[in-house]
Amino acid sequence: MRYVATRLIHSAVLLAGVSILTFVFLRLAPGDFFADLRLDPQVSAQTVAALRAQAGLDQPLPVTYVRWLKSVASGNLGFSLAYNAPVAPLLWERARNTLLLAGAATLLAWLIAIVAGVGSAARQRGIADRLIGGGTSLLLAAPELLLALGLLALAVRTGRFPTGGMVSLGFAGLSVTGKIKDIALHAALPVTALVLGTLPVLVRHVRASVLEALRAPFIQAARAHGIPRRRLLLAYALPAAANPLASLFGLSVAALLSGSLLVEVVMSWPGMGPLLLEAILARDLYVVIGAVMFSTVFLVAGNLAADALLYVVDPRIRVR
Amino acid sequence: MENRSKIWLATGLLALLHGAVLAAGFVAPYDFAAQDRDLPYAPPSRLHFVDAQGKFHLRPFVYRWMEQPEGSGNYVADTSRAYDVHFLVGSRSGARRLFGVDEPARIFLLGTDAYGRDQLSRLLYGGRISLLAGLLAAALTLGVGLLAGAIAGYCAGWLDGIIMRGAELFLALPWLYLLFAIRAFLPLHISPAQAFFLLVSVIGLVGWARPARLVRGVVLSAKERTYVLAARSFGGSDFYLLRRHILPQTLGVLLTQAAILIPQFILAEVTLSFLGLGVGEPVPSWGNMLATLQQYSVLASYWWMFLPGLALVPVFWMYHKLADSLHGAAL
Repeated sequence: MRYVATRLIHSAVLLAGVSILTFVFLRLAPGDFFADLRLDPQVSAQTVAALRAQAGLDQPLPVTYVRWLKSVASGNLGFSLAYNAPVAPLLWERARNTLLLAGAATLLAWLIAIVAGVGSAARQRGIADRLIGGGTSLLLAAPELLLALGLLALAVRTGRFPTGGMVSLGFAGLSVTGKIKDIALHAALPVTALVLGTLPVLVRHVRASVLEALRAPFIQAARAHGIPRRRLLLAYALPAAANPLASLFGLSVAALLSGSLLVEVVMSWPGMGPLLLEAILARDLYVVIGAVMFSTVFLVAGNLAADALLYVVDPRIRVR
Repeated sequence: MENRSKIWLATGLLALLHGAVLAAGFVAPYDFAAQDRDLPYAPPSRLHFVDAQGKFHLRPFVYRWMEQPEGSGNYVADTSRAYDVHFLVGSRSGARRLFGVDEPARIFLLGTDAYGRDQLSRLLYGGRISLLAGLLAAALTLGVGLLAGAIAGYCAGWLDGIIMRGAELFLALPWLYLLFAIRAFLPLHISPAQAFFLLVSVIGLVGWARPARLVRGVVLSAKERTYVLAARSFGGSDFYLLRRHILPQTLGVLLTQAAILIPQFILAEVTLSFLGLGVGEPVPSWGNMLATLQQYSVLASYWWMFLPGLALVPVFWMYHKLADSLHGAAL
């Protein structure tokens, strides 16, 4: 219980730190939402000043921060100047879409990585190991941007997959299974790009930690007892290798979030990526901060999940 | 292959590549901004040895691209005249180029973009921006990381605590989001040179946490070594101890980190420029060259527009091999 409590407190401090950091960065930087308006000769300087005052941008940094905190407490997360609406509802919808993408990609990538990694470690320097090794180093060198663009080109050329967005035009009229099918079809390419992007690192780690576990004395003992190879790998080595992999889980969530930012923009998936990019170009302060905070929350949640996983799979931690 | 020779091979190949990019003014047949509005999206010129009459030429030659019918984007080779490829030619600006063909023909070994600019030339000039951004940003990150890590490891106490909590904060942030957020509120419309240095400093300053942690670990263990204690007992100052005995120990970690960070930072520059937040036209970077692919028509029709992205693959491959070998050598 103490383990969980310290983790939670740690996360809360981290979130506060991130919010202060982004606030300071963004407020210290020159220019704001109304910067372009100031260049417009038809708008007087007083109007711009009044607008800025109305948005609270003329206040000193600590005051705006406290105001923002109050807004967070009331569940609004600040006010979007471009959308003229509270930030939270905007972000929720986009965050749901991003989570859908990142969640599916995480699940798929880990499934493939465990199969490929264990298979690769089962016979070190065998044919499968060499093939998988070569494939991962090639994939590792191919950036997600290129993968996404390549997949998109494939989609445009073949016409088999939709080339953007999340739903088809007639989405509202579809049945429930039709809706799920439609979204899955739209998500196929972005998820593939994300999986291919994160896979090489995961496979390498799974392989390395299973190999490490296979060298342990208790595996040697089990082998001496004549336990079959498959059982040795899956029932003995894999659980022993789970500790470093559970820690990697948190990192893989971070990688997927950063990756999905780009993939969403390239494949016009209505997630947080396009929203953040728009907000940056419009200098919509609170949307940018909100997006960064949301992604940090996901990241922290990913790390917490990894810690919980660690707690479940590794008895050594429970004893401590 | 042995580890040491792997390191030299990868370093040599990377040096060659960087050399070619730095010498873009000589290697590239045209200037990066030289346009030929009559030849948008012309496919790569083919090098021929045998002409239409079946005669063999010792010197490779190209045919001129003609758009037929005009404005259709459909190119056919005009086989009425062969244009020999000359080496070490003087260009209009007076600079010598590695190769070229006589006017009015053009040699586009990798095709052209929407304004009829030579992709090969732009790839080489763009490599200057993208590869250099990675190198400079990594140097900045390692510098800051070394400083922070050395202070934290050597001074210990509350200073160590503050620096390491800060590092944890930076490590916890999804760094592409952070990069975006910081870039967000810097001026959008700036000259390419300003944008380049801005990008390098933003990318470089975001990544300091990981090297700082690694350096701190090395410094912590190194400062307790007996020879360091001996040097201290002889009256060596803190600065002397750090410079002469402790920081040289961090070299291995720093080199490995450099080989890991440089490709990441190259990708960061490419990503930001791709999204229009980095270096802008007409100066090429591999990122803003890829940005034309955001139009589906270009994406589906002109494969040579992918080349700046494909160029990243061998570069990353070599850096990864280098990092692996360096890591293996350090163990």
